[in-house]
Amino acid sequence: MLLRDLAHARTGDKGDVSNIAVIAYRAEDYDRLQRGLTEDRVRERLCLDPDQPIRRHELPGLKALNFVIEGALAGGVTRSASLDAHGKCLGAWLLGVELGD
Amino acid sequence: MGTAIRIGSGAGFSEDRIDPAVDLAERGRLDFLVFECLAERTIALAVGARQADQAGGYDPLLEERLRAVLPACYLNGTRIVSNMGAANPQGAARRAAEVARDLGLVGLKIAAVVGDDVRDRIDELEPFGQEPPPTEDVVSANAYLGHEAIAQALDEGAHIVLTGRVADPSLFLGPMVHAFGWRADDWDRLGRGTAVGHLLECAGQLTGGYFADPGFKDVADLARLGFPIAEVRDDGSAVLGKLENTGGCVSVATCTEQLLYELHDPQAYLTPDVTADFSTIVFTDLGEDQVALSGGGGGPRPRKLKVSVGVDDGWLGEGQISYAGPGCVERAHLALSIVDERLALCGLEPLDARFDLIGIDAVARGAAAVAAPSEVRARAACRMRTEAEARRIGREVAALYTNGPSGGGGVSTAVRPVIGIVSGLIDRTRVSQALHWEIS
Repeated sequence: MLLRDLAHARTGDKGDVSNIAVIAYRAEDYDRLQRGLTEDRVRERLCLDPDQPIRRHELPGLKALNFVIEGALAGGVTRSASLDAHGKCLGAWLLGVELGD
Repeated sequence: MGTAIRIGSGAGFSEDRIDPAVDLAERGRLDFLVFECLAERTIALAVGARQADQAGGYDPLLEERLRAVLPACYLNGTRIVSNMGAANPQGAARRAAEVARDLGLVGLKIAAVVGDDVRDRIDELEPFGQEPPPTEDVVSANAYLGHEAIAQALDEGAHIVLTGRVADPSLFLGPMVHAFGWRADDWDRLGRGTAVGHLLECAGQLTGGYFADPGFKDVADLARLGFPIAEVRDDGSAVLGKLENTGGCVSVATCTEQLLYELHDPQAYLTPDVTADFSTIVFTDLGEDQVALSGGGGGPRPRKLKVSVGVDDGWLGEGQISYAGPGCVERAHLALSIVDERLALCGLEPLDARFDLIGIDAVARGAAAVAAPSEVRARAACRMRTEAEARRIGREVAALYTNGPSGGGGVSTAVRPVIGIVSGLIDRTRVSQALHWEIS
């Protein structure tokens, strides 16, 4: 099961910090997101360094998880040599992760 | 004023569409129309523009936007708030007065909010996070101001308020505090009002823009996307919507995505006005592209203000070239390795370097192609110390035409100055806000 089948996502940026909000389409799938979409799972999908700070905030009322990744944007939107310097594509990329059963 | 006010969002960034704002001004029955046009980097660019021309440094589209919306705003009694003042709010106010006179609108009161520029206090900044704020190569330093000066300008009768660096939600909170007279320590109301401002600040991102994903999240008529309106009540609760007969959609899903946009800790969204708590916000679908916001709250505002510091940080040089057909990925890899080796041979030392295969790993570093793509675009991008060095990157990519792998085509090159943005903190007592007035 792809994350995309259960949830939608929006990515934001402030300085060199990226946040990816993942929102369940249906309330009954929130538990499954909470179990399957761990910080480590996100770290792996985004090819982050093992020591890169990543924190998951839980928003049960909104059926959402918010991942905050520091130092994710190679110096931030103004300095980064990345093609997508905002990291705006990262949320959609994350939706391609396999959640398992 | 009555029991609710109507606030429209006319722009979510400096180059945003103008016609949706005109539609809002004409049909929205708005009390206030707010334009958020100042990103982290924009103000540093504006400071550079003002250095080149003392009368400049405000938003390049200020005149075009005002010309488009002022007639309807004047007719309907809609007041305008915007950070289009950028690095020169007073210059922007003077220009706005000229535009109003040009349109035959006499007697409009235009307020400029100044005080965000703290370049002369750069030595006083404290670290924001781990990185110490820079003191060298500084091109701009702007404190994020809160809602106070905006509310005061509206209290004093401003038809248009133009600011520089103000926290985005504060642009919207200013009109609410003016209309409802909320106390400066009414944290719950300020927190809810900040949530409403945060939802509105990116304009079309609340109404179905940045949302569509065909087959999963379909959105109708995005070419005619309507911009959002919030009807805000005295308790800070609100109904979010858009005009009839516009494209897009307003749903619990679009509102939830935008609430969490650029959010870190949902219980502590920090602005100069309040520590807002978004974690308890509830959205209720009212149908017909209307969503009610309730819940949410806040706690005391931070003791210090965030400062955005722009620094000269070298030049970015970039070159791209396409490869297609069987073996295109291998040829693109070869092309980039040649460029990498050439930089070393020529004694060029990038401060940062990216070698991407667009279509495979430019977004997610380390990703591999899942199948043989029909084409791929190789990209070399390096941050260099000087403009001359940065130009060499594009030239080395262009040289792949005759010196690189077979079948390379469509070279493009670019060079731009890099302005890094680093955040710092400053004591509130070291930042003072003031209003300057122009009358059309």
